[in-house]
Amino acid sequence: MAAPVVVVGAGPAGIRAAERLVEAGLCPVLVEEGARDGGQIYRRQPPGFTRGPEALYGSEAAKATALHAAAEALRPRLDWRPETLVWAVRDGALLVHSAGRGESLPYAALILATGATDRVMPLPGWTLPGVASLGGAQIALKAQACTIGARPVFLGTGPLLYLVAWQYVKAGAAVQAVLDTSPFASRVAALPWMMARPALVARGAAYTMALRRAGVRIATGVTPIAVEGEDRVAALRWRDAAGRDCRTDCDAVGLGYGLRSETQLADLARCDFAFDAGARQWLPVTDEDGRASVQGVYLAGDGAQVRGADAAELAGRLAACAALRDLGVAVDEAEMVHLRRRLMPMTRFRRGLERAFPWPAHLAAALPDEALVCRCEAITAGELRRAGGEYGAPEVNRAKAFSRTGMGRCQGRMCGPAAAEILAAARGMPIEAAGRLRGAAPVKPLPVLTEAAP
Amino acid sequence: MTAADVAIVGGGLMGAATAFFLRRRGLSVVLLERDLVGSHASGTNFGNVRRQGRFLPQLPLANLSREIWGRLPDLIGDDAEFLPSGHIRVAFREADAARLEAYAREARPHGLELELVSGNALRMRFPFLSPEARMASYSPHDGHANPRLAAPAFARAARREGAIVHENAEVLSITKSAEDFLVETSIGRFRAPLLQVSAGAWGGRLAAAFGEPVPITPHGPQMAVTEPVRYRIEPVMGIASEVVEEGVYLRQVKRGNIVFGGGVRSEASLDTKRARLDPLNTLRQLPQVARLLPAMRALSVIRSWSGVEGYMRDDIPVMGPSAKVAGLFYAFGFCGHGFQLGPGVGATMAELIATGGTGVPIEPFHISRFATAEGNTR
Repeated sequence: MAAPVVVVGAGPAGIRAAERLVEAGLCPVLVEEGARDGGQIYRRQPPGFTRGPEALYGSEAAKATALHAAAEALRPRLDWRPETLVWAVRDGALLVHSAGRGESLPYAALILATGATDRVMPLPGWTLPGVASLGGAQIALKAQACTIGARPVFLGTGPLLYLVAWQYVKAGAAVQAVLDTSPFASRVAALPWMMARPALVARGAAYTMALRRAGVRIATGVTPIAVEGEDRVAALRWRDAAGRDCRTDCDAVGLGYGLRSETQLADLARCDFAFDAGARQWLPVTDEDGRASVQGVYLAGDGAQVRGADAAELAGRLAACAALRDLGVAVDEAEMVHLRRRLMPMTRFRRGLERAFPWPAHLAAALPDEALVCRCEAITAGELRRAGGEYGAPEVNRAKAFSRTGMGRCQGRMCGPAAAEILAAARGMPIEAAGRLRGAAPVKPLPVLTEAAP
Repeated sequence: MTAADVAIVGGGLMGAATAFFLRRRGLSVVLLERDLVGSHASGTNFGNVRRQGRFLPQLPLANLSREIWGRLPDLIGDDAEFLPSGHIRVAFREADAARLEAYAREARPHGLELELVSGNALRMRFPFLSPEARMASYSPHDGHANPRLAAPAFARAARREGAIVHENAEVLSITKSAEDFLVETSIGRFRAPLLQVSAGAWGGRLAAAFGEPVPITPHGPQMAVTEPVRYRIEPVMGIASEVVEEGVYLRQVKRGNIVFGGGVRSEASLDTKRARLDPLNTLRQLPQVARLLPAMRALSVIRSWSGVEGYMRDDIPVMGPSAKVAGLFYAFGFCGHGFQLGPGVGATMAELIATGGTGVPIEPFHISRFATAEGNTR
């Protein structure tokens, strides 16, 4: 039997990709690391939880419900593999791990819809208990109906900062402040791009207004200084746009500066990467339909470029069309033209977000030497700078070899973006010259007790 | 054009250590590395500072090297995380135990004392070992070090001593005039009356260009590491077995991670300069390391890697003067067991280049051993 088309990730992109493959009469494999479909944005609550879609997904309830329904309808028509980790890629096959067993899963085509995680810029104290990423703070609420604290501060930048803060207010948390590192002026300057999706601009403004009405302090153009506390978060110190030092008491900090694409599988599949100056990230190279540089590999959703859930649904479907076409299955050109056209304003909007809520690269140079950068291996900014200075590491992989930054459990997924900025700043070179961490299997920890399937 | 007494092509551990010891002997040196110092076999190997199990005529060199490992902080200002925490080879079968006994007997006259431990003593001494283990051969003064640090530390020390070290310097051609070797590189031209080739897996190409082809094949080690746990396992340990898949080894670093490797080697490419780890090999290693050290069953693997190593057909390196070209020296093709030897190779090659002789015998590694067999059949 010929190898199937394999889709990795059952979020908006993966589900819509699988759906399109099923429509074409294929029986794809849909691999998902979590227990349920929906991805992070439309993450489902655990069995036994009874909150309705409006409570869980707010303005996006209809989209979430539709996506979940689509996934359920697909279930009998594809090979659904939840709780399955893809940990390596090898010569046209994925190595997967599930329930203690390892297996090789050959593919005829591979659609990677691996999503994104928070992009974090460390600050002193960021590893204290009570600090969570913005995405983590949202998942606690969405999946577990828990908050990260009763009196949280949200610090970072991007639309998620305001959304999560508002969700916490609605959940009854006493949000102490929303602190945005981006100056308000950059949001104004980005409007020509942002207006590609006016409804989203309006919604963002509405969250901000609702937060203000709820009495939450919002400050833009801030400079984070440190998270304080003995054995857990007690306060956040920061500087306002006018340069005044401030201290906000709190019992938790939600931290995040936009998202970073999860690209390790594309890397292990040997796809080419290019530096994206707007995102300030290395991203897999794709054509507009999602074809990667390696034949038979496709990328869709935030794992390819962070355009959000609506774009992910379209890009998933488009990547499936491209894969089908490359496999010799007829696809109506009009369908692909339509999808590409609908994606255009979303791409433009993404460029607007990058301008409105820029990743605060400048903070890397100012991070004190004692601050932890790599939390897995407990490596400080000073040790990383020494790798680049005295030891002469010209790029991140060499700096990793000397200092262990990015060598731990997370493989640099959390610290990588900041580490590259710190190294580039220390050596006085442009960020793209710092390179990108080479991916290595396993993508996530693999139990020694993995039994090889026959 | 830069001139020096000695030009070294290849900045792995061998080249970097040779450069350092040549400076100590007062010769001027230029070290040319195509990528970054120690980025291939020297930086990606297991990190074993092991003598037992070696080809017996290699033990004097390994003993010299072990002595230098112990002096690294004084010598180069960096210990490369060398930990002389002992090394055990573990036999699960009677036949393998018999081989350990024979090796211990034969190694003694070469200056390596090994202690054989079995039965209850084995459980008492190494309680973390598998209960199936039949015998362990213990080498108390061996240990392990961090391969990512060793070669760069030697290169930095060589530079402090006055060596010229160039990274990202790709050798384009080497010609020999009446007096000097002329080395054309991507960053300029270099001239020296003496030349050492220490280009690892790529050494064969350079030797062939000098009319001395050798049977060398690139392979990659299959390395991986677990998450960190409390530091409990002092000795480096490996399974002594003639079954390739069973031949795994592991060490716990002081930070707690357990590094392991062994079994089947991967393919490697001299052209792409990469060795791709085969994840299926990682899966094959898991039951073997769990058999050796049952506590590992509770851990997870967090990372794997490989690198390009050069293996000679007879599994011993090429080391010594050229048989054909005056002033040319070789130290390459260390067959996956060069890391421990590195400091000793550097000291010995520097001695050979500076004085024409060596304190430890290196004749078995002379390139002429391939001259009749290989040279005539190609």
